[in-house]
Amino acid sequence: MDNKLIVSQSPHLHAKDNVRKIMLAVIIALLPSLVLSFYFYGIGALVVTLFAVFFAVFFEWIFVKVFLKKEPTIWDGSAALTGLLLAFNVPSNLPVWIIIIGAFVAIGVGKMSFGGLGQNPFNPALVGRVFLLISFPVQMTSWPLAGSSRFVNWHFFPHDPQALVDGFTGATSLGVMKEGLKNGDAMAGIMDKIPTHMQMFYGQMGGSLGEISALLLILGGIFLLYRKIITWHIPGSIILTTVVFSGILWLINPQSYADPLFHLLTGGLMLGAIYMATDYSSSPMSNTGKIIFGIGIALLTIIIRNWGAYPEGVSFAILIMNAFVPLIDRQFKPKLFGKVEKSKQS
Amino acid sequence: MITKKITRLNNKTRESLNKTLNELYNTQNMLKTFPKGGVHPPENKLSADKRIETLEIPKQVTIPLHQNLGAPSKVLVKKKDKVKVGQIIAEAGGFVSSNIHASVSGTVLKIDEITDTTGYKKMAVVINVEGDEWEESIDRSEAIVSEIKLTPEEIVKKTAEMGIVGLGGATFPTQVKLSIPKGQSCEFLIINGVECEPYLTSDHRLMLEHGKELIIGTQILMKALNVNKAYIGIENNKPDAIEYLTELVSNTNNTIEIVALKVQYPQGGEKQLIKAITGREVPSGGLPIHVGVVVQNVGTTYAVYEAVQKNKPLFERIVTVTGKSLSSTGNYKVRIGTSVDLLIEKAGGLPSDSGKVINGGPMMGKALKITDVPVTKGTSGILILKNDEAKRERIMPCIKCSKCISVCPQGLEPYFLMNLADKKMWEDAEKQHNMDCIECGSCSYICPSARPLLDYIRYGKQNVGALIRSRMKR
Repeated sequence: MDNKLIVSQSPHLHAKDNVRKIMLAVIIALLPSLVLSFYFYGIGALVVTLFAVFFAVFFEWIFVKVFLKKEPTIWDGSAALTGLLLAFNVPSNLPVWIIIIGAFVAIGVGKMSFGGLGQNPFNPALVGRVFLLISFPVQMTSWPLAGSSRFVNWHFFPHDPQALVDGFTGATSLGVMKEGLKNGDAMAGIMDKIPTHMQMFYGQMGGSLGEISALLLILGGIFLLYRKIITWHIPGSIILTTVVFSGILWLINPQSYADPLFHLLTGGLMLGAIYMATDYSSSPMSNTGKIIFGIGIALLTIIIRNWGAYPEGVSFAILIMNAFVPLIDRQFKPKLFGKVEKSKQS
Repeated sequence: MITKKITRLNNKTRESLNKTLNELYNTQNMLKTFPKGGVHPPENKLSADKRIETLEIPKQVTIPLHQNLGAPSKVLVKKKDKVKVGQIIAEAGGFVSSNIHASVSGTVLKIDEITDTTGYKKMAVVINVEGDEWEESIDRSEAIVSEIKLTPEEIVKKTAEMGIVGLGGATFPTQVKLSIPKGQSCEFLIINGVECEPYLTSDHRLMLEHGKELIIGTQILMKALNVNKAYIGIENNKPDAIEYLTELVSNTNNTIEIVALKVQYPQGGEKQLIKAITGREVPSGGLPIHVGVVVQNVGTTYAVYEAVQKNKPLFERIVTVTGKSLSSTGNYKVRIGTSVDLLIEKAGGLPSDSGKVINGGPMMGKALKITDVPVTKGTSGILILKNDEAKRERIMPCIKCSKCISVCPQGLEPYFLMNLADKKMWEDAEKQHNMDCIECGSCSYICPSARPLLDYIRYGKQNVGALIRSRMKR
């Protein structure tokens, strides 16, 4: 009996959470938004999601098996989550071959080339998304109109991009605004052409398949906060900074700048703030660092939206701030217990 | 079968309901706690309602000669000597050291190397028990003596003479803590009744069953330290103890105050407890006295009472024997030197699915290699974990979730310290305050990747400590 006892250092207890449960919880938090996108975009959203998740997991398996020759890591759930987030960031009518390329770039370039789980300096799903946005700008910005295309399935046919634009698609609210401002339209006129704030809040608008409903994304976020998977620091600072910065611009000139609520509800801001910027390995470690990171993302987003070439800037803003994370981590350390007192004494 | 299941289910719901209610109560009353970090493992206080039982005297005891933090004690007896209960058998071997007394009467069988609870070989006095004859100087009556006759200096001397050490687990000699260095002064005494370790209940039972003695012990310590204010910190999961002691101190003119604390591990850590109660922060690398506070455990306070008022040396202590798989858990008054095997037998024997036997609590206790080791002054509990509870989970890569940072009560970055230790970058580890770690284990507990953070930080502490010492020599 005696020599059977396990001897190891304390602590002898371990919390119930593990990587897989965390990844699973994030996926659960995303489910309501996913279901809504099935409702609005129908079979298209389903096809995009399935392909993105399957190929993200597939490429992870290939990379680990063939190149790294290690134990398979696909069961930790992180690849599936990356695939799901990639799907959330693309239009629901995206051809499958583009999705496969996106999954390859997200997992291969964004994650595995840096060493896999926990090593990626950039959010892998966003690396995939931005790669697709730059490589396939037309397909990536032809948004199907919510509810109009439930049973249309164009994924498997080689298609003429022009047909897409003419058929059931339209621009996002942000796209409409950018185009309108370029043509010199007044803000009030532009606002008439796009969904109301309430419609945007529950998701009746064009956009990537997972970003449309602020309501459901916030619900998922509350679940993640309750499960202590994310802290309020990153989403909180992004949302607050967005409101303050866009609010100042709006107060200065409501004719050329949209109101803060519009900025909060459109595009990928909620998705980015709650699910993308909080990606563990590409966000800062300390709470102060997280707040700085969030402020940077919000500032960059509003700058790109108002003065950049693209109508939407959340993905770029997050990737740019990802690059600053090592610097932020170096600069902003947690406060040491008993540090202040000592400096006072000496 | 089904009824069993239903009761289990019932218990489970009741437990979770209690927990929620407790949490609600905590938040509503805004109970004090330390502000940063901490975790809340399942409390599992299985033996909380078991009265303290006196364990029968064994046939033989093995009393190690090094039971305190600091220098080992010097043996005073030799083979075949007759000893009485409470007779001094080893004297302090330095300033930070303590006396050791015989816990039984009988004949010294041998003075030999044995394996103690730390797993290392140490010298010990083995005594064959003959009867139970106590030193005449010990007052064995049940009467509670409340008048404190000794002067402060005499109290400190008495604690040294009676071999009192910190019974919370650190076993720091009490007389050293009570001797305030020149230039420092003590404002508050804090009695630590937190017992934040899951499973352990010995302090809880002590507060309930020896509350009166505890209050007198507190007054003795206050006299020794020359302070007018003492706090007794108790976590809110012991409402009966809080209520009872609050009632007892009602006539002390508010010189002793009971502070109910929010349940949060590691609140029993000195620095965290001081911060929670007084709001003062012990400076990095400093001691509690630097902010005018001395902290003593309730067990120690009780031992001080017995030493000063009853002239009784520290030769027995209360030990919790607990574990989910044990057929009976309990709190026992045990003579120092009793084999842990006997305690386990008392609890119905070691279940066959046992994976770990721990000396102390599950968060900071030490896993035993063998169970035939003696109970020492620092043994607050014997915890048996089942095989599946004891096994460590598979280590995954760090996902940089920063949970270790958010739970660290000392404001460190455990993941970073682990990386530095892995790369043996000791200078950098020192700059990252590796030495400030209190080894509470919250980081390893919370890590979703089950990384052995504290193991590496300990490794770092050893090496950074060596680095600092070598620098001081130069």
